[in-house]
Amino acid sequence: MSTLEILHLNKKFGAINVSNDICISIADNECHAVIGPNGAGKTTLIHQISGMLKPDSGAIKLSGQDITNMGVPQRVQAGLGRTFQITSVLPSFSVLENLAIAAQSKSGSSMRFFANAARESTLNSAASNALERVGLEDRADVIAAELSHGERRLLELGIALAGKPQFLLLDEPMAGLGRVESAALVSLLLELRRSMPMLLVEHDMNAIFKLADVVSVLVDGKIVVSGSPEAVRADPAARAAYLGEGSQ
Amino acid sequence: MDRSLILGLLIFLTLLAMPFALPLIGQGYLTGLIIKAMLLAIAAISLDLLIGHGGLVSLGHAAFVALGAYAAAIALQSGIENILVLLLITLALTGFVALITGSLALRTTGVYFLMITLAFGQMAYFTLTSLAAYGGDDGLTLWSLATLFGSNVVQKGNGLYFIVLGTLLASWWFVNRMSQSRFGRVLRAARDNPERTEVMGYSVTRYRLVAYVIAAMIAGVSGLLVMQHAEFVSPALAAWQRSGDLIVVVVLGGLATRNGAILGAFFLVIVEELLGSFIHEWRLIYGPLLVFMVLFAKGGLSDLLTSKRRGNQVA
Repeated sequence: MSTLEILHLNKKFGAINVSNDICISIADNECHAVIGPNGAGKTTLIHQISGMLKPDSGAIKLSGQDITNMGVPQRVQAGLGRTFQITSVLPSFSVLENLAIAAQSKSGSSMRFFANAARESTLNSAASNALERVGLEDRADVIAAELSHGERRLLELGIALAGKPQFLLLDEPMAGLGRVESAALVSLLLELRRSMPMLLVEHDMNAIFKLADVVSVLVDGKIVVSGSPEAVRADPAARAAYLGEGSQ
Repeated sequence: MDRSLILGLLIFLTLLAMPFALPLIGQGYLTGLIIKAMLLAIAAISLDLLIGHGGLVSLGHAAFVALGAYAAAIALQSGIENILVLLLITLALTGFVALITGSLALRTTGVYFLMITLAFGQMAYFTLTSLAAYGGDDGLTLWSLATLFGSNVVQKGNGLYFIVLGTLLASWWFVNRMSQSRFGRVLRAARDNPERTEVMGYSVTRYRLVAYVIAAMIAGVSGLLVMQHAEFVSPALAAWQRSGDLIVVVVLGGLATRNGAILGAFFLVIVEELLGSFIHEWRLIYGPLLVFMVLFAKGGLSDLLTSKRRGNQVA
């Protein structure tokens, strides 16, 4: 059964077709990568999946549930987790509190006004759990604004995980990372992808070939090729559109 | 124990002792001034919930003080005297108005939110001036005040003083408690990074609206007590300058700090009284004083009093 299903998605900005009949189906525990040159419509696609943009037509289903008309928070509640291309955390919160509040949204009502949230053991243990998964144990009490760029990336992934998603949307997770950090993140994602389906938008071809089961090449809003990494690498259309150009 | 909590307890113990201590040194009349400062502090605490914790700078908050005062005054005129019933009426009206105006205002943020709350505040001001039956421009002098089940203990002197002090304590406790709660955490997260907070699964506007309604209701309660203290209500309570004063109090005291709003309110009232007794144009001195404070005490008065690195404050 597929976890995320994108059916005939269309989106136009004026006369430009940014999403042109996009269909993607991602099975359980599958990692699907979307690549394409700048301006191909990757970010628009991400925005439509996460709920920041509404498609003109088409549908998006998460675990069988139609989420096309849901807002951003509702989609997260329905099981969608995501990371941002430009790292986005709560800068004045500690690392642990960033994770605890992410866990909080899936653990009962947040319209509670009296009890001290920092003392809720269920939230704190969920946070510690996510902390361990991304390997930031020794940074728990550091204010997020003081983390290095690489650590913030990990925290962001931790925030997504603490929300117990059924599906992960990763928007260029490798962006801005050094070689060592990048390799560490790839091995972390390799670990994760055994238990969680994900859609990965990425420029780093090494990472994609290590992680992805299926690669789709997006050009001018249209998926031109879709298949295994090896097949896509060999495909002349894909090479012409993207790989051959050596862009980024 | 943390320093700000000690400071808070000191403040409340001092306030508790004042009605007994001041008459001993022949300064009993000062309790009226303290009541004024406490009433300002209650409104400021509620505004800090929006500005400090929520990052929502409202320039119309005084309108809720005025609405609370008018709701109580009008109910009083029509024969409802019990202060607890008046309290319910005030809470209901300010809460309802905040729900409507908040759901519109919170579609915006930043300077637009400031503009739209200013607009709602001005609407409240002009609506009140148009209430000819209740004094219009001139306001309304009250010939009878609220009672507690027929007793006049809540009208004057120490009775009123302790009601106001109790309300201040309750608002202070409630807002501080709330800032540590699940709700307060989401509100702070939305201030920090609203986009991320939405992607954590929280509908930011919903939380902000609840905060807006709660803040308005607390401000309304201060309005009820303002009426009881001044025995008079007027549209000037809703003037945007009053909202400006409240912002000054909150910023000066220290945003999102435990005691900032109280310190700021007392600072404003004391400075106004002291300077005002020397010079009529006291704001000429008050202005530069504010500039100085904002430049050199960035964390506000609260930080000045509780920070462990006091020597480094200026740097």
